[in-house]
Amino acid sequence: MSPEEELQSNVSVASSTRNIAGVLKEHNYLGLSDCSSVGSSNLSSLGDDDKATISLKATELTLGLPGSQSPARDTELNLLSPAKLDEKPFFPLLPSKDEICCSSSQKNIASGNKRGFSDAMDKFPEAKVSVYTEKNWMFPEAVVATQTVVKKEVSQNVPKGKQSTTNNSSSPPAAKAQIVGWPPVRSYRKNTLATTCKNSDEVDGRPGSGPLFVKVSMDGAPYLRKVDLRSYTNYGELSAALEKMFTTFTLGQCGSSGATGKDVRNETKLKDLLNGKDYVLTYEDKDGDWMLVGDFSWEIFIGVCKKLKIMKGSDAIGLAAAPAPRAMEKPKMRA
Amino acid sequence: MNYFPDEVIEHIFDFISSHKDRNSISLVSKSWHKIERCSRKRVFIGNCYAINPERLIERFPSLRSLTLKGKPHFADFNLVPHEWGGFVHPWIVALAKARVGLQELRLKRMVVSDESLELLSRSFASFKSLVLVSCEGFTTDGLASVAANCRHLRELDLQENEIEDHRGQWLNCFPESSTALTSLNFSCLKGETNLAALERLVARSPNLESLKVNRAVPLDALTRLMSCAPQLVDLGVGSYENEPDQESFMKLMAAIKKCTELRSLSGFSEVAPLCLSAFYPICQNLTSLNLSYAAEIQGNHLIRFIQFCKRLQRLWILDSIGDKGLEVVASTCKELQELRVFPSDLHDEEDNDTAVTEIGLVAISAGCPKLHSILYFCKQMTNAALITVAKNCPNFIRFRLCILEPNKPDHTTSQSLDEGFGAIVQACKGLRRLSVSGLLTDKVFLYIGMYAEQLEMLSIAFAGDTDKGMLYVLNGCKKMRKLEIRDSPFGNAALLADVDKYRTMRSLWMSSCEVTLGGCKRLARNAPWLNVEIINENENNDLMERNEEDEREKVDRLYLYRTVVGARKDAPPCVTIL
Repeated sequence: MSPEEELQSNVSVASSTRNIAGVLKEHNYLGLSDCSSVGSSNLSSLGDDDKATISLKATELTLGLPGSQSPARDTELNLLSPAKLDEKPFFPLLPSKDEICCSSSQKNIASGNKRGFSDAMDKFPEAKVSVYTEKNWMFPEAVVATQTVVKKEVSQNVPKGKQSTTNNSSSPPAAKAQIVGWPPVRSYRKNTLATTCKNSDEVDGRPGSGPLFVKVSMDGAPYLRKVDLRSYTNYGELSAALEKMFTTFTLGQCGSSGATGKDVRNETKLKDLLNGKDYVLTYEDKDGDWMLVGDFSWEIFIGVCKKLKIMKGSDAIGLAAAPAPRAMEKPKMRA
Repeated sequence: MNYFPDEVIEHIFDFISSHKDRNSISLVSKSWHKIERCSRKRVFIGNCYAINPERLIERFPSLRSLTLKGKPHFADFNLVPHEWGGFVHPWIVALAKARVGLQELRLKRMVVSDESLELLSRSFASFKSLVLVSCEGFTTDGLASVAANCRHLRELDLQENEIEDHRGQWLNCFPESSTALTSLNFSCLKGETNLAALERLVARSPNLESLKVNRAVPLDALTRLMSCAPQLVDLGVGSYENEPDQESFMKLMAAIKKCTELRSLSGFSEVAPLCLSAFYPICQNLTSLNLSYAAEIQGNHLIRFIQFCKRLQRLWILDSIGDKGLEVVASTCKELQELRVFPSDLHDEEDNDTAVTEIGLVAISAGCPKLHSILYFCKQMTNAALITVAKNCPNFIRFRLCILEPNKPDHTTSQSLDEGFGAIVQACKGLRRLSVSGLLTDKVFLYIGMYAEQLEMLSIAFAGDTDKGMLYVLNGCKKMRKLEIRDSPFGNAALLADVDKYRTMRSLWMSSCEVTLGGCKRLARNAPWLNVEIINENENNDLMERNEEDEREKVDRLYLYRTVVGARKDAPPCVTIL
């Protein structure tokens, strides 16, 4: 491996990104944006375009400095459009005065990336300094070599479960870059938990791309369940499945009289119970709003539904629904 | 010393079982060495490449139990290529050839093949116990040969292995005459299980104390299993997708009530929390509880369960229990000795209010006076908390703290966590294992070198500033055996400062540090009793063919270990042994 690559992968450099709004945002060498003081407040003041730019940049899987990307990078990583490659590198060759000032003024954060450039210049043994000063930080010729390092890192990341596939598509700006072998959790454990959780919240609803699990909670029930929305084709099937799943609770509530073990009797009891108690099915959409289930077509619904909740009808009054009378009817649990 | 006949001395030695002690005995005198080695039954080899099987057998002809460890610890985190090594086959071949009366084999992080298992099963007539931890390379066919051929098998314990499940009938392969089973753990198998065969096996194993099933064993089967094995001490539960109906649930609870000897519970992956509540009747007897795979069970349910577990000594749990949950643990589990809190949200995407912080750790330290071993994954930490923990719990033997975000400082003062960890090593005089994380400078290593006199294993990641950090540790920790470092700025100066130090250590791992090829070559030249392995998965692996210039190339991964048998012959192309 060339020294340049090692530098990029080893030395954590406090780089600053100047975005259009002129707000400084620090990234350490992992491509993380520091969460302490800089982050979210600045982000919200930016326009949507800027947000998109930042989110793309922030999710870039960089071992090196942001900007040291290669055109031939693996498509999974290639979040930046080729046009961006022509942009002036975020990190100039030598630390400019204001960068050092920036490093020291935000000293706490810079010390968080303790191997900041200025620190690196000071603290590394003399023999190494020549490497730093003689060679440029940005090496067009080394860029191609960088990608092999990064590629390998990614391929090592893949066995770690769903992380790489889900993170690459639509991650929030503060997404952590994939560090190989971090956190230090055994792959067996990671794989087992990944299979168990089948992470529902991050699936972006790509059609036919596997199960779409959402959590289902019910008022009064002690725990959540998960359902795979893709295993149903319409609201009726979902409703029936949920009924079956949550039978236990309602039976429990009405006492032990339901413990006959006969399915038919249970179902009837449930229906009566539910109709009597007026449960409605609601869901949380991508914006975090709770809506009554049933307004949209099934296909649209599974695209926007993040969580399900079986609420008491009385609690559900006032939930967004359009038009109201029709919506109140539809989502009720039906046989 | 020599006043007693050998048999008497041997008899005295029988009482000494610890490996360390027996190793010390063998150094006393030639005659003691001989008596010791001829009578030695159990041997522990921490690095399978430090010695070869032939020499082992030569020294210990009466060997009955062998423990072998293969890959370095960081292999657990995908930092070691799959083909790196750690093959058990040559060992089994050699042991079989020498007709060693092997009864017990325990392997960790080794590559095991079906062929090896087949050979094992046929070569050792009194073979009793096979324990495989984090191994790989075999399938259920290998298990079938063990089941079929090891007539006296008592223990088959498979922990967290990668086993290819051929969905065969390996459980059927236990002969009807096999009634000696005391421990059966196949929780890591991913495929279906022949339930009938399992039930028959359990029914005819009256001495079965430990049973850990896999996901494929449904609730009603578990109920039947427990009914015919009320003597169980250690139970691993599978997973159930469906809700149990009232009747099944009552039956399960009845069966559980009969298991008055049950002390240890684990499993619960994908288990409806209702099943957890079925265990309420025996909660107060539990000394060990592993719910670290129970991702489906919410914090409040966990808390409700643990409130009954007053005798718990060991608890493995997910961070979904939250700080509040840990406070409950602290007030309930006064006998707690070991705690592991694992991260539940490995993708770190949800704004996880229920993850744990320094508050939970402090609560535990305050409430559990017997705590000596902790593994704690958390989002944040403070020096103040660590100082308090050190004051509350000076008895730590193992202290492993992993702050999920690398380089994260004390979140209240934004300073490094040097002082916090410094307090830990200063207070815990018996500390043997330490993992550090968060923002750390060279100072923490100064503290470690100064105070951690008993430290044997140290894990460092994203820490330190200069070579001094590593030097403090190498110079100060006289009992260091395993040092593993990643992504820290330690280079040749630290690596080469005291070559003889590595004689006293089992191994050193350094990845993504500042050591160069030149430095490693120099080390290898000065220490021929070391295997200095360079692991490099880049396309261009011909390190040796490059010119002098490349001595300054940084080494991606370095793994060195003392050995008496020189360079190993089974290294793959990505590994270069200097």
